Amino acid sequence: MKPSLWGLKKSPWVYHVALSPCNNCDIEILDVLTPKFDVERFGIKLVGSPRHADALLVTGAINRHVLPRFKELYEQTAKPCVVFAIGSCALSSTMFRDSYNIVGPLEEVMKEIDPNAIIAYVPGCPAKPEAIIAGVVKALNAL
Amino acid sequence: MKTVVVPLGPFHPLLEEAEYFKLFVEGETVVDMDLKVGYMHRGIEKLCESKTFDQVPFVVERICGICSTSHPLAYVNAVEDLLGVEIPERAKYIRTIIAELERIHSHLLWMGLAGHFIGYDTVFMWAWRYREPVLDLFELISGNRNHYAMMNVGGVRRDIKEDDYGQILSTLDEVRGGTELFIGAVMDDPVIHARTKGIGVLTPEDARAYGTLGPTVRGSGIPDDIRRDDPYAAYDMIEWDICTYEGGDVFAKTAVRLLETVEATNIIRRCVEQMRPGPICADVQTIPAGEGLGHAEAPRGEVLHYVRSDGSSRPVRHKVRAPSLMNIPSFKVTCIGEKIADAALITAAVDPCYCCTERTAAVEKGSDKAVLTGGDLVEMSRRKTAQIRNDLGCVPPVEKLVRGIMAR
Amino acid sequence: MAESKTLEGLRQKLGEKIRDIEEKNERRTYVKLFEADLPDAARLLLDGGGRLAIITGIDTRNGIELLYHFFLAEEHRFITVKVLARKPQPRMVSLAPWLPAANWAEREIQDLLGVTFDNHPDPRRLLLADSWPEGVHPLRRDFRGLPK
Repeated sequence: MKPSLWGLKKSPWVYHVALSPCNNCDIEILDVLTPKFDVERFGIKLVGSPRHADALLVTGAINRHVLPRFKELYEQTAKPCVVFAIGSCALSSTMFRDSYNIVGPLEEVMKEIDPNAIIAYVPGCPAKPEAIIAGVVKALNAL
Repeated sequence: MKTVVVPLGPFHPLLEEAEYFKLFVEGETVVDMDLKVGYMHRGIEKLCESKTFDQVPFVVERICGICSTSHPLAYVNAVEDLLGVEIPERAKYIRTIIAELERIHSHLLWMGLAGHFIGYDTVFMWAWRYREPVLDLFELISGNRNHYAMMNVGGVRRDIKEDDYGQILSTLDEVRGGTELFIGAVMDDPVIHARTKGIGVLTPEDARAYGTLGPTVRGSGIPDDIRRDDPYAAYDMIEWDICTYEGGDVFAKTAVRLLETVEATNIIRRCVEQMRPGPICADVQTIPAGEGLGHAEAPRGEVLHYVRSDGSSRPVRHKVRAPSLMNIPSFKVTCIGEKIADAALITAAVDPCYCCTERTAAVEKGSDKAVLTGGDLVEMSRRKTAQIRNDLGCVPPVEKLVRGIMAR
Repeated sequence: MAESKTLEGLRQKLGEKIRDIEEKNERRTYVKLFEADLPDAARLLLDGGGRLAIITGIDTRNGIELLYHFFLAEEHRFITVKVLARKPQPRMVSLAPWLPAANWAEREIQDLLGVTFDNHPDPRRLLLADSWPEGVHPLRRDFRGLPK
């Protein structure tokens, strides 16, 4: 295994990217950090800058206005990094698919930005805290 | 003095929503501000026109994850206003219970974030710890922690089982205990007083002119509440009080939210006591042509829905107005003249919800512009708290110990 | 039906200028007005203790119908003022210069329905993306999606 990937698996620091979600997945992400689930004890930490992040937690159906900002943000993130698509909106745009302002699910957007990006998917509307934790564990084991 | 532009908030570090403010500052004082929204626009009003009346509650539920019952409630109120139907009594009580539970979890969530902003992470953790049993209750009643799918045109989709009453009441006790702890902490703590009193004042005149809603206007001492002014659900069938607080500053808004949380536990308790078995949904076959206007008091203020029908199975026009659309423009009066270190707290005091209104984030680039991230602002805010704490002599026990050892 | 003082005042002040009043029930009233009388009516309703809740725009055959929803807390009643901004170039007088509550509401309608508000203090784009083409309004009936 490459040392850089090995390093990624230890205490992943995450950065939360909200791309026009309904807020619920975002709150469940924060919920994972609070006393009931408390993932900080495993070294998982929410950081304030994408430059410090090992993983991006992306929520929401992505709209036109936020897309260029996301591109910029992804470029700033230290590579290698894992991109987590959290919640049904990021996975498939769900009921917002037909909206005039939505550009599409994360997978299609990532194809344009970086075809080799590592993407992990956590379904749910909203994704439950347990599901988010399970998703992160599975993704790290698969690296 | 030279005016410096401070863009506040690229993707925010902790607040679950990102937003973009441009603060124009001279020295440390904010002299003007500008807001850019549009990052959250998902075209929901247009989408609703392509859904049937029964499908719309599921779409409007996903306008916002925190107010995920207020939007469907306002929508069903609007359609019921169009139809002129009376809904069964039990459905009214269930609607009230769900709406008030949502108020509790939303206010506790806000309390936590506000605590984080002033550097009280303990408050953050405790508030979210007390919020968790409320979410468990939602899971018990509706099967999901959020997005409860309880509202239906003519009533509610599911009943609350009598076996569950016990857990509802015991959760209320737990939440109430926690909230009273917060009230004690907020009222007694000189640091919180110094950080929040007289900061970001919204005068009653400005509150009226900007049409602000919810705890934002009630924190300015104006007793505006849709639950009393235009009662829906069971709010005219039980006794409850409007919570207001004088001052219009961050402290007043905090106090209103805490008092409302306590009042919400009372409302739910009364509903559970008064509720009798019966039907939960009226029979609604078709929606005739016409227009309906419905609103509901969400945790952040009035949510308003307007529905027009031409007699087909889909609405011709569905207009949604979230409370933050009226509350956010008032930043222009509350932030100006304040210090930058307070800006994050003042904007958070309104409990802005950009999912409802919209949502923002950008990185401003420019040679002559000082760039601070949202993280820097939170950091500044926290440093200010530490400074005040020092000045007041309330040093945390650990630091006291360290200092004592150093002085020896 | 409970009488509303403000509505009575509106009737007296505007008299024959009111095109139509529909009292749907005791909490919802719809008043149809000509475009020019909108500011007067708005001032009357605000003085009567009302607040502007929101403006709804609806694309209809003759123009964009604008619904100004005023909520009168003391009278427990919504009074909605309906005016029409005629096509092909829908225009309406802006209330934003003296009523901050109308500011964002008007900008939103300008984005989504293409109504120009005369004398608006800040007529920039509010909701749509920077890359969104000028002159395309998603809530118009003839909107068929953006070309890919």
